[in-house]
Amino acid sequence: MKEQWPGACGLVLEEPLIFEKGAKGRIGYSLPRLDVDEADPGKIWPSKLIRHDWQGFPEMSEVEVVRHFTHLAQWNYGVDSGFYPLGSCTMKYNPKVNEDLARLPGFSGAHPYQPEEITQGALRLMYDLQNFLCQIGGMDQVTLQPSAGAQGELTGMLMIRAYLTDQGNPRKKVLVPDTAHGTNPASSSLCGYQVIQVKSNERGILSPQAIEEKMDEDVAALMITNPNTLGLFEEHICQIAEMVHQKGGQIYCDGANLNALMGLSKVGDTGVDVLHFNLHKTFSTPHGGGGPGAGPVGVKDHLARYLPVPIIIKDREGFRFDYDRPQSIGKVRSFYGNFGILVRAYAYILSMGPAGLKRASLVALLNANYLRVKLKDFYFLPYDFPCMHECVFSDRLQSQYGVTALDIAKRLMDYGFHPPTIYFPLVVHGALMIEPTESEAKETLDQFIAAMVQIAQEAQTDPGLLQNAPHKTKVSRLDEVLANRKPRLRWKP
Amino acid sequence: MRYIPNAENDWGEMLQAIGFKRLEDLINILPEPLRLKEALDLPSPLAEMELVQHLLSLSEGKKMISFLGAGAYDHFIPAVVDHVLRKSEFYTAYTPYQPEVSQGTLQAIFEFQTLICQLTGMEVANASVYDGASAVAEGVLMAQRLKGRKKCFLARSVHPESRIVTRTYTHPWALELKEIPYTAEGSTDLNALRNQIDGETSAVVLQQPNFFGCLEDLEEAAAIAHAQGALLIVAVVEPLSLALLQPPGLLGADIVVGEGQSFGNALSFGGPYVGFFASKESFLRAMPGRLVGETVDREGRRGFVLAVATREQHIRREKATSNICTNQALCALAVLVYLATLGKEGLKELARINFSKCEYAKKRLGELGRLRFSGPTFNEFVVTLDQDPQFILPKLLQQGIIGGFPLKKFYPEMEREVLVCITEKNSRENIDRWVEVLGNVLKEAK
Repeated sequence: MKEQWPGACGLVLEEPLIFEKGAKGRIGYSLPRLDVDEADPGKIWPSKLIRHDWQGFPEMSEVEVVRHFTHLAQWNYGVDSGFYPLGSCTMKYNPKVNEDLARLPGFSGAHPYQPEEITQGALRLMYDLQNFLCQIGGMDQVTLQPSAGAQGELTGMLMIRAYLTDQGNPRKKVLVPDTAHGTNPASSSLCGYQVIQVKSNERGILSPQAIEEKMDEDVAALMITNPNTLGLFEEHICQIAEMVHQKGGQIYCDGANLNALMGLSKVGDTGVDVLHFNLHKTFSTPHGGGGPGAGPVGVKDHLARYLPVPIIIKDREGFRFDYDRPQSIGKVRSFYGNFGILVRAYAYILSMGPAGLKRASLVALLNANYLRVKLKDFYFLPYDFPCMHECVFSDRLQSQYGVTALDIAKRLMDYGFHPPTIYFPLVVHGALMIEPTESEAKETLDQFIAAMVQIAQEAQTDPGLLQNAPHKTKVSRLDEVLANRKPRLRWKP
Repeated sequence: MRYIPNAENDWGEMLQAIGFKRLEDLINILPEPLRLKEALDLPSPLAEMELVQHLLSLSEGKKMISFLGAGAYDHFIPAVVDHVLRKSEFYTAYTPYQPEVSQGTLQAIFEFQTLICQLTGMEVANASVYDGASAVAEGVLMAQRLKGRKKCFLARSVHPESRIVTRTYTHPWALELKEIPYTAEGSTDLNALRNQIDGETSAVVLQQPNFFGCLEDLEEAAAIAHAQGALLIVAVVEPLSLALLQPPGLLGADIVVGEGQSFGNALSFGGPYVGFFASKESFLRAMPGRLVGETVDREGRRGFVLAVATREQHIRREKATSNICTNQALCALAVLVYLATLGKEGLKELARINFSKCEYAKKRLGELGRLRFSGPTFNEFVVTLDQDPQFILPKLLQQGIIGGFPLKKFYPEMEREVLVCITEKNSRENIDRWVEVLGNVLKEAK
């Protein structure tokens, strides 16, 4: 490999588990002096409740702790490391100032049960953010409570269930297209619904006919992802929504891909009744290695009375929580939501403004279509249409050499890129789902294209190079089968 | 537009490649009627300095002395924790789908799972869930999956928010959620449980220490549950207590869930926090959430991967054990760094500090004869005021003291009760001042 790639070689430091480090008597803490008489639980608690010693817990000095986690961090690849085109996950840049703002002592030190009168700033922030999200998504009311997209789905489906129950029948089924987001079937079934899959058409989108065949009075809702997981806009959405509504069903839109639509189109204008927002995708809050995210949910007025409690209202005295909502579905988590994440999303929206958000979506579209056009001569593109924020290729051209999407993904690591999402969506066999986001410069995209082209050539000339990739990472390809066959889920002395 | 590298000079060539003229024209990929004609109605953009000033003004408030706990605990966080969390290889990464470039996150989660097992006395723990309340709900659903029974007993002394969330999560399943009353000592009335539980019960849920700060007899509760073939689920909302308390796993618990916020996560007005979820190895396949497992690479070197994913939503789709798609990785990392820093001895000492200070505060208030429950506690207890807290607490607030959590919000029968929490952050001086001010306010109010 030539020098032109981000992936070079460097010193990687080894690091044991914390349980294999340190020694008895090492101390990483300094605790305040005890300024009252020491009390002995042994004299106050029943003896069977007293804990004696336990095994294996770490004992380390501060410097050992810091080096441990510094080494671990070096083994990770983040958005700040480089190009992270993980389709559907929207790995856009996480602004640094937002990290500082979420840690302002007035926010980070605020107790969730502290009196509303001393928490007006935080409440105002939440109230404004609700309104911003309503505006961007074209919805009437928003709850900020759900912790993540999947919990947003649960919240939304529970509201639909409550609404339909009040209409006389919660119904039995939920329609989920084969191009919908991966959590949709599980969320529907968690709400007690039977999942009916609907096939997308030859253009990769839902046809009204497909819905007509499956839609009946037993269907509670259609859960649709728009743009869908092929990166294509569901252009029949309005007609489909009308058909579902006519038979008394509701439309749930998974907003995982809302980053493609900011300022370009409002989901609420397309007949959608419920929409969830992934703040960690569309609104730039960090993914944190798998969370915390936040999954606010927007609804149309007819569903507003089912929103989880509390909602934030504004009256003459200021902002306050309203728990007096008899038809609410209840709560999906404690307190009010992932407030620290809400602060970051609020700051992002204020930094970007309406024109900035629109540009973010447009440049995301530009970057994705650029990759689509530049790579389609080298990788099979099953749906060759202008895409939104992501494009989906497959390993079909490479499979004749015994090379799979997994091999291509692993080989990309050697070039210094995070791989795209693979084997999803399921509707494309051997999928490579690429989402560049607006955060990448043209040179990065060109470099990635060149790497993908070279990998396509390697697949022909030296498939073993791909099948044995990655070569430059701290560990080589890991045995996932072993991990499932004989699960070792904790360290043991 | 500092977050978007490609500027107008870059667009030309790219647009040409994809057959468009202007950036704006990309909107034409959408059907004409759905294209937004007007700009979004949002505030104009703020420069970084203006943004900081604006959020500073929103966040500012008077510094208070606080005695609030009730599920969110104000512990001191060593500087190391945030320095590690700010390493952007951790916080700007996503779920470790590609293990070869995610070993940092994966090893950290493996360490987290191990620590949770050690603290709770359980055999397996997952990579974390959203928070303590949803962890209780997931536990109840898991017990129902395992047992196929429709009834579940929740102690009234379980955090009210956990009970509300459980009710919400289980609503579509028409589970019969029964409450168990509490005794004059402040613990769960196990006789009432013994009288009501039957062979249709999937689980009994207790919290340790419970919402009133009091300790529960888990061993007895486990015996009652197991006699009917039901599972005991124990929720731990203040896990610092586990440094001194016999772990639920050694007292017969089948599932131990809880809230990890106490360990290195800021109060942050209620989130993000981190739920933990631990159980027995034999229940592994029924557990919700992510799991990280140890394996080897092609050279036989140790490495970590997502394991037993066949339970999860992306593989089992509608038959998954849960719809959880990730964990709370960064909050779990905070827990891990915090626990590694304190170590076993630090954790024990900190727990003793909390316990001792709380005993001191109880004694001071006890002199006035105002403790609601007689049972032993860890770092929280309930005070009965002889006036309505609705009138008393605002007067304390005027003097810079958040005097506790009025229980009437969740317990209508507790009109005058306030839940008080004492951590290492409450100095003796502050406790004395609070007792003094409270005494004066009560006197004046008479």
